[in-house]
Amino acid sequence: MNCEATQTLLDAYLDGELDPAGRLEIERHLQECTLCSQGYEGQRALKRAVDGSGLRYKAPEDLRQRIRFALRKEANTEKSQRTVPRRWFAAAASLAIAALALLVVLPFLRERSADDLVAREILAGHVRSLMANHLADVPSSDKHTVKPWFDGKLDFSPPVEDLAAQGFPLIGGRLDYVDNRPVAALVYQRKKHFINVFVWPAPSQKQSPTNKVERQGYDLFHWTKGGMNYWVVSDLEQNDLKGFVDLLQKG
Amino acid sequence: MGEKDKLPRFEEAILPHMDAAYNIARWLTRNERDAEDMVQESYLRAFKFFDAFTGVNARAWLLTIVRNTCYTWLRQNRGRELMTEFDETIHSEENEAWNPAAQVAKEIDSRMLAQAIEALPAEYREAVVLRDLEGLSYKEIAEVAAVPVGTVMSRLARARGRLKRLLTERLKEKA
Repeated sequence: MNCEATQTLLDAYLDGELDPAGRLEIERHLQECTLCSQGYEGQRALKRAVDGSGLRYKAPEDLRQRIRFALRKEANTEKSQRTVPRRWFAAAASLAIAALALLVVLPFLRERSADDLVAREILAGHVRSLMANHLADVPSSDKHTVKPWFDGKLDFSPPVEDLAAQGFPLIGGRLDYVDNRPVAALVYQRKKHFINVFVWPAPSQKQSPTNKVERQGYDLFHWTKGGMNYWVVSDLEQNDLKGFVDLLQKG
Repeated sequence: MGEKDKLPRFEEAILPHMDAAYNIARWLTRNERDAEDMVQESYLRAFKFFDAFTGVNARAWLLTIVRNTCYTWLRQNRGRELMTEFDETIHSEENEAWNPAAQVAKEIDSRMLAQAIEALPAEYREAVVLRDLEGLSYKEIAEVAAVPVGTVMSRLARARGRLKRLLTERLKEKA
């Protein structure tokens, strides 16, 4: 075997991927040729450095949890698509869970400030919308479909923005119930994350600055503008969500 | 097999390989957040197509999906990187990189090494990561990257040649 062939096969030799005949030929050449055997030593040292570098990344624990959760959700969806009664069962179960959660949470609520209480309701609304697979009553990415849909269902008309170009496509809208009144919930998406925007009329025209609350790993933004209360909630990364909030406030 | 036990079967076969999935995604995207998104998306995709899994090599099967997911993402987000850097024919400097560098390998630390690996074109990077960090055989890498074994071999040789050159330059700068 000559130097050129040796160079070509050296890595395979190092990786133990050559057949016995090939190995033998390489070894014979390495004994005869100083240059190639020096090259071999260098290559071997490099390979050892990479092997022993500890550069293998490990999956973070919270990613593991997230994936398990997502898989379970996916498995449930697949099942419920097969049999209708299961879907009813799932809906009833999540309703029961929501009711139970409310019962547990209710005693604590009295002591909290009004905003805090609303924040809890907003978060519960967000989680419920994902849990029961009930994101939108009117699934549409067209604001001219979503906005008129609220006519006659609410005593106000919520502002609906088209932010698809900025990477936040509209998924749809639905009715929700927050702060003892029916409100508009608008759903946007960013990659795999959903954003719920809750809107309802404020008691006065007074503007309030943007408040941020973190709760159970979710971020909530809240402000009042143009006589409307806005609450935005998502598990999206905070900076991304802030960008979304800025876009909404400009709109 | 009933639909009922798809999830437990999937969890048992595929979940143990999450570190490998994350590792390759992390090296291909070169950041944590996107790597996490890639792995999650890959797992959901794998679950969806789990019926197509033959049951032979779960790790290679999963890594194929992760790789494809990452490349789709790379094309969308880092298109230029994929197009310009990779050309099998432009490496006339290979012979020059042949210089023995046993000394070099002793002096490098893992941060330097990580930077050098990150600087490799994606196809070279994945070959090194799959072989040296994940311990896949050439045949498995060929399966994951959907190329012949011969291509795996030449990619690895070129990748290591480049690594050696990069590291030698680095050490010279340091000295």
